[in-house]
Amino acid sequence: MLKRETELEIKRFSARIHMETVKTIAKLGSGHLGGSLSVADLLAVLYHSVMRYDPENPRWEGRDWLVCSKGHAGPAVYSALALKGFMPLEELSTLNAPYTNLPSHCDRFRTKGIDMTTGSLGQGASTAAGIALAHKLKGMSNRVYLIMGDGELNEGQVWEMALFANHRKLDNMTAFVDCNKLQIDGRTDDICDLGDIAGKFREFGWHSKYADGHDVADIYNAIEEAKATPGAPSVIVLHTVKGHGWGAVENTAGSHSLSVSSEQLKEILEEMEKRFAV
Amino acid sequence: MGIVLSKENVSEKTEMRAAYCEGLMELARDNWDIIALDADLMGAMGTKPFQKMYPERAVDCGVQEANLFGVAAGMSAVGYIPFAHTFACFASRRACDQIFISGAYARLNVKVVGSDPGITAMLNGGTHMAFEDMGIMRGIPDMTVLEPTDTVMLKALMHQVVGKYGMHYLRLVRKNVNKVYEEGSSFEIGKAVLLREGGDLTIVSSGYCVAESIKATEILAEQGIEARHLNMFTWKPLDEAAIIRAAEETGAIVTAENHNTVTGLASAVASVLSEHCPVWLETVGVRDEFGDVGSIEYLSERYKLSAPHIVTAAKKALAKKAGR
Repeated sequence: MLKRETELEIKRFSARIHMETVKTIAKLGSGHLGGSLSVADLLAVLYHSVMRYDPENPRWEGRDWLVCSKGHAGPAVYSALALKGFMPLEELSTLNAPYTNLPSHCDRFRTKGIDMTTGSLGQGASTAAGIALAHKLKGMSNRVYLIMGDGELNEGQVWEMALFANHRKLDNMTAFVDCNKLQIDGRTDDICDLGDIAGKFREFGWHSKYADGHDVADIYNAIEEAKATPGAPSVIVLHTVKGHGWGAVENTAGSHSLSVSSEQLKEILEEMEKRFAV
Repeated sequence: MGIVLSKENVSEKTEMRAAYCEGLMELARDNWDIIALDADLMGAMGTKPFQKMYPERAVDCGVQEANLFGVAAGMSAVGYIPFAHTFACFASRRACDQIFISGAYARLNVKVVGSDPGITAMLNGGTHMAFEDMGIMRGIPDMTVLEPTDTVMLKALMHQVVGKYGMHYLRLVRKNVNKVYEEGSSFEIGKAVLLREGGDLTIVSSGYCVAESIKATEILAEQGIEARHLNMFTWKPLDEAAIIRAAEETGAIVTAENHNTVTGLASAVASVLSEHCPVWLETVGVRDEFGDVGSIEYLSERYKLSAPHIVTAAKKALAKKAGR
């Protein structure tokens, strides 16, 4: 169980990830805001209380790996990394600028702390499974965390991996589905209905459950349960809100990629300060 | 680099897939990072002995090529050196984006092995007949693109690609090919092999067409035409210097490949010639057509890849060079 004080720390950290992400995108003028904000709470839990890592040595052998297969959530991951010391906070303002280390989509070759290049949906699923299998073969205890979007589950490759990871008993891997119920063209149940996502993974042999993606204690407890479940990979399907924290765009498909003016930024930050104050 | 040419241009006793498996086992003996992956074709590719010897390092993913190359890329991120095999058509066409993004763009280290290229897919027919795989792979930045000619070259190249970090594509016939090189031959990736000296024109060949081109050079020699013959087993990085030298010294070029000339060796060589030393070029290869089903003899004639067609192309090039 998460201590009350730790829970508050994670919430404060998450508030900062939310706000740095909005600032980063506002500085550029536009970006993948909706799907970045929906995973901010998850990233806060992972980088605050779950993953082993060393900002001074991003390729440390003993680290846990994060594959953000929904690579367009890069801005949120970069904010978490910067707040944890992988790069100076000011570097966040270089998102997509010439010669930047921070492209829209996650890139292991360019960004310290990014473990895998992603952006073509579905592919991070398989690379994460490869990373997990490699550590099993080496007899190493590192854990692999994989973040997928719900829209991403349209990709057949995800289900190839789901079969494979179960067959190989990759219990060192925990996947998350950022289930914000929206994809670029609309609602996931209107475009290509995913149905009972946790149930589908369960049918594939996974340890599978739903959690509240904006309740950090719930996320943390689900991860702890996954870690304590041997013999199969785990998936935690997180109910989330696309555009989380900016009321005007929450739960809209349009928040996937949108522009943010400097005036809007001021309003958003004020709103977030209020909403996330603990 | 030195080669020992086989005296007779005849079929090898050892199949390419057997040499591939032997090569893997030799490498795996000394290097714990070697992994063999497949998508339900370990039996077809003859890698079951590897699987038996190193069960943990043999990963048969089942029929899932996209996942196969993703898993291979992930394993390479942790330091393994994966040889990931499927048929050339599936590696290049079906899993192109996985090889491109998860492998190449991520700057990882996967040895992609595509088998049954072009007409050697034979009875599997048009769905399985990759005439475009090398072109697709050449279009991926930093990808080293190789077509080993026979078992001796294959084993030599397998050792080299393990020593060189980065993405590689190896295009392999699975079954018997004609023996071109004897044991003791050595090769350098990126350097064409001079199989025959000659001053009248140059034949630049790869894969199935190497043995056919050897026959062609012999037929031409009987008619008093001395053709230089280069085995261009590396398609990228291409040995531009050898092509330019051949153009300058012999004045006419013929390319011969078991591949579509569009995006094939023909277009690669044409590009070098037109930039550096324009001379007459004739091309032997598949003319932007789909594959077909049949025996190797049928297909070789169907697509005009055999020695007589190379001879015809050589004579055309010579006539153009002479201004006729």
